[in-house]
Amino acid sequence: METETMASNGKVMAGEKPMKYFYYPGCSLKSTGRAYEESLLEVFKALDVDLQEIDDWNCCGATAYMAVDDMKASALAARNLALAEMQSNGDGAQIIAPCSACYLVLLKAQKAIKEKKEKANVLLEAMKNNGLYYTGKAKVRHPLDVLVNDIGLEKIAARTQKPLKGMRIASYYGCQFVRPYSTFDEPYNPQTMDMLMAALGADIVDWPLKTRCCGGTLTGTIEAIGQRLSYILLKEAEKRGADVVATACPLCQFNLECYQDSMNRTFEDNLNLPVAYFTQLMGLAFGISEKTLGFERLFVPLKTKAAV
Amino acid sequence: MRDWLVQQRIKFKMVGGRKSHLVTNWEIQRKMKYEEELDPQFAQDVVKKLGSDNLFGCIQCGTCSATCPVSHHMDYSPRRIIAMTRAGFKDEVMRSFTIWLCASCYSCTVGCPKEIKITELMYTLKQKAIEEKVYPSRFPIPVLAREFARTVRNFGRNHEGLLLLRMFLKTNPFKLFTMSGLGSKLFFKGRLEIMPHTIKGKQQLLNILHAVENGNGNGNHGQ
Amino acid sequence: MSTHQYKNNGDAPRIGVYICHCGMNIASKLNVAELAEYGKILPNVAVSRDYKFMCSDPGQEMIQKDIQEFNLNRIVVASCSPLLHEKTFRQAAADGGLNPFYFQMANIREHVSWVTKDFKEATDKAKALVSAAVRRVAQHQALEKKRVPVHSDVVIVGGGIAGIHAALTIANSGRKVYLIERQPTIGGHMAMFDKTFPTLDCAACILTPKMSAVKNHPNITLWSYSDVTKVEGFTGNFKVKIKRKPRYVIEEHCVGCLLCVDACVFKEPKFDDEFNLGMSKRKPIYLPFPQATPLTVLIDPETCLQLKRGKCKQTCAEVCERRAINFEQKEEEIEVDCGAVILSTGFKPFDAKRVPEYGYGHYNNVYSSLEVERMVNASGPSQGEVVLKDGSKPKSVGIIHCVGSRHAKTNKYCSRVCCMYSLKLAHLVKERTGAEIYNFYIDMRTPGKGYEEFFDKLLKEDVNFIRGRVAEVTNWAMTAKEEGKLIIRVEDTLIGSPRRIPVDMVILSVGLEAQADADEVRRMFGISCSKDGWFTERHPKLAPVSTMTDGIFLAGACQGPKDIPDTVAQAGAAAAEALALVDKGFVELEPDTAFIKEELCCGCRTCIGMCPYSAISPNLEKGVAVVNEALCKGCGTCVAACPSGAASQNLFTDEQIFEEIEGVLTYA
Repeated sequence: METETMASNGKVMAGEKPMKYFYYPGCSLKSTGRAYEESLLEVFKALDVDLQEIDDWNCCGATAYMAVDDMKASALAARNLALAEMQSNGDGAQIIAPCSACYLVLLKAQKAIKEKKEKANVLLEAMKNNGLYYTGKAKVRHPLDVLVNDIGLEKIAARTQKPLKGMRIASYYGCQFVRPYSTFDEPYNPQTMDMLMAALGADIVDWPLKTRCCGGTLTGTIEAIGQRLSYILLKEAEKRGADVVATACPLCQFNLECYQDSMNRTFEDNLNLPVAYFTQLMGLAFGISEKTLGFERLFVPLKTKAAV
Repeated sequence: MRDWLVQQRIKFKMVGGRKSHLVTNWEIQRKMKYEEELDPQFAQDVVKKLGSDNLFGCIQCGTCSATCPVSHHMDYSPRRIIAMTRAGFKDEVMRSFTIWLCASCYSCTVGCPKEIKITELMYTLKQKAIEEKVYPSRFPIPVLAREFARTVRNFGRNHEGLLLLRMFLKTNPFKLFTMSGLGSKLFFKGRLEIMPHTIKGKQQLLNILHAVENGNGNGNHGQ
Repeated sequence: MSTHQYKNNGDAPRIGVYICHCGMNIASKLNVAELAEYGKILPNVAVSRDYKFMCSDPGQEMIQKDIQEFNLNRIVVASCSPLLHEKTFRQAAADGGLNPFYFQMANIREHVSWVTKDFKEATDKAKALVSAAVRRVAQHQALEKKRVPVHSDVVIVGGGIAGIHAALTIANSGRKVYLIERQPTIGGHMAMFDKTFPTLDCAACILTPKMSAVKNHPNITLWSYSDVTKVEGFTGNFKVKIKRKPRYVIEEHCVGCLLCVDACVFKEPKFDDEFNLGMSKRKPIYLPFPQATPLTVLIDPETCLQLKRGKCKQTCAEVCERRAINFEQKEEEIEVDCGAVILSTGFKPFDAKRVPEYGYGHYNNVYSSLEVERMVNASGPSQGEVVLKDGSKPKSVGIIHCVGSRHAKTNKYCSRVCCMYSLKLAHLVKERTGAEIYNFYIDMRTPGKGYEEFFDKLLKEDVNFIRGRVAEVTNWAMTAKEEGKLIIRVEDTLIGSPRRIPVDMVILSVGLEAQADADEVRRMFGISCSKDGWFTERHPKLAPVSTMTDGIFLAGACQGPKDIPDTVAQAGAAAAEALALVDKGFVELEPDTAFIKEELCCGCRTCIGMCPYSAISPNLEKGVAVVNEALCKGCGTCVAACPSGAASQNLFTDEQIFEEIEGVLTYA
């Protein structure tokens, strides 16, 4: 369907294959991070990029499984790589993994299979005996990497209908998609999201905490520590005049947004800072309706006066 | 306000576990370590499981502890965990809160001048602690990890609601009351799945997990 | 040597094999006794022995005695690298009355005992190498070394303190020196410093007299603002091509009165002053700094209106009564002959932007150490005052050690000088501002005369020392007292607790790196670099200023990070080595040169084009190629390229190589 639209719009150059990626949502994008999925799919559709969800994907293992068993954690991730490669008919699938934990875990498995022979042998053998194969052709990508490096900021800027003029955005990268395996951005001072948001017309807040940990699962387990980390981030963003914090991870978004009431109680404060997925903000700039982008799922509504 | 935040103290009180370092303990303890109290094999075991001996190259510069966002809550800084692991202080390392407090943000790993995979080291130590069952009994972090593994085995995917429910039941059931407000809010915003989704290839997945456990030889026992 | 008559001991090879234990270096890793026994069964071997140290006097005497006793005419020693002792053993053979080229070395240390872990595998590998050497040496022929006279002048590349000291040493001995410097002035990094550690001597007071001594020395020709573009020849007989960049000022006329600078149409200095690292401004016509040597102004073609647009009132030229300004000046090329070259090209400071977590270039008051060196210098951009960007004095200063050093992502090595210069800067900044100073270090490295005492002095000067590598510098305040400050996050590893230290100013003690063009320079001079880009010395202990190319010597930080005392010591050593070479009057050339078998040469000239040293020329009369042995470096390119097999090389004939290969392959 989409390919037809593209061809008729003449946006795709003659002879060029339409852009197609596999899509690995991960568990959170089907529940707490639903707005991430909704906005991500809308944005890629608007850019004429086809996303095909990997059929029957399973949990990547996330950080929690790593604490239990390294080998099994890799096996969980590896099955998804194999599914993508097989569903692409061995064509060399590019898998977009929007959740930071999924991105890191899948990338880690991809690297391990390539670099650690012994481990790879056990994994590949186990998969082979269960009808799966993975030759290393399926590669894991982060949506930001694809947006900035494959699609390009120029095309994104051209697609922008309602620039985010006057909106002050604090880009929050968090940890796991810039560290330690990612190669498309700098681990201490990443720039891709800032560049993307600037291309949409927004103002970028200079915010030294953009890669500092939000607390991860600690927010749910040892609240006092986890929420403190999130609170520090939000407080500094607020102090530097951010209208909204842009995130690229369902857990970061959840931690930073959903616990704001609880933080206000603990730290006797009055935080009310919107935390949106960067894809939601892109969608806004593309002129897509807020409802379609899942804005109504946010606890802290975006102050749209800045957006329009 | 900010000053207050800095002064704020966080106390862990573990039921049946030991008290945190913030609780004053006036009992005078022996600090001397005798060689026979140490485990000379410990470092080698960890290195083998970790798959890298870089930790022997540690120069104790403290970048890991300085860059770590939670190190100020840890009983031993990550740097000291490395030194203690290397020297065979197995008991102290395995019973430390440090390994559980690691939020896997990988700051230490990218900052380390000697390319020690510190986050992976923490995972390795967590795995060892679960294997040897030396973590505090109702400490939520290892419980979460185990319950996570169980959920994934049951359905092939994670179910956030179910996972948290199980974790709080096993650690602090009272917490469920305070969490219920957040839960219902998520539900009304359409951010909570009611029923867990079971994947078609669940048996295939279980077979693979079983196979790598055997293939691994010393695969551990998550249950 | 050519007059010496060597005995032949008959035509049939009679080989002596000597296995060296190298103390425990070899003996503990493979079975030396078994190896010596194995030597006995190899073809043509008359005697085979093992001994603790073959390179020692008794070891060499053993060879000489055996030559007499067993009538040997070939020697094989299995020991270390030929790099270390080939000369030693050739001499031993010669002292025993043999032609020294009836000798072959098997390297069973670097190639076997140091790298092969398994005892049996190591023994087997050593046997194969000994077998190869024995088969090869049977094919060796007597060769003669040729003597070539040497040129007595010396070229020195790089006019920092190393080049200056070497130049003066050689010039004082009566030899002529050409000192070539890339910048418009000599002096190097040392000229930028205010004080030197640990004595706190004023750098200018000890350096500038030496700079003017260079300028005034009758035996030194100083070419500043010049680059070496080409080097040809060989030890004792180099030809060095030098490009002199135009200053647009005639050096011989200019007296450095600076009237032209005052007269420039730019009334105010407007352009970044390189010498002050952009912290002050200069005009298009300028003198790098007041004590610049030569004391000659120059014009920057990028900013001068006349040179850039061809349109200017030329007020500078007008005011110069000595008519020194010449906008028409062109690049000049000069060629000099010399017998030896000393490279003293120095280092470049690490670019602190490569460690983004320290905020250099992002936060205003994060400085590199070299910038602070300029700042504390009385003739620097702030006249010796240490000030923040807004002009105020800092109340607290953090000095971060090891920036760019001891880190896998930047440079793994320790830069050696940073601890000491950080201590010096701590002292100077404290003296100038009274600020609270924090030094953040991983390990305090103060090995040098008076260095530890200097550290001790600082400890008592109320300077704070925190042992820990800083993770980040930000402007993220957590408390009221942190507002408006730069926050340094570090683990105080001696206390075991993470700390946040708010400061007004951060100084990054950047490490030393090889020059950006070190690789180009190394290629030009035919020497080698370590993977970090430092020029490699011939031997780290026994030949620290020589290189693999005879006649090229190293001085100062181009060989590795070092401080001023070590640099000067090394410059003296390099000068002595260069003098030893040029004063000898001649060099002996290795006979491993190529030659053309005229009867096989078809005159195709393939080799002539291939030779990297232009050592081959055609003999038009005979229609064959001829190798100039003095120019040939024995690289073997022509031998490999020759389509008719006419080109061959001494010590690497086909027979010798094939026998060597057979020797390895037939080992059983």
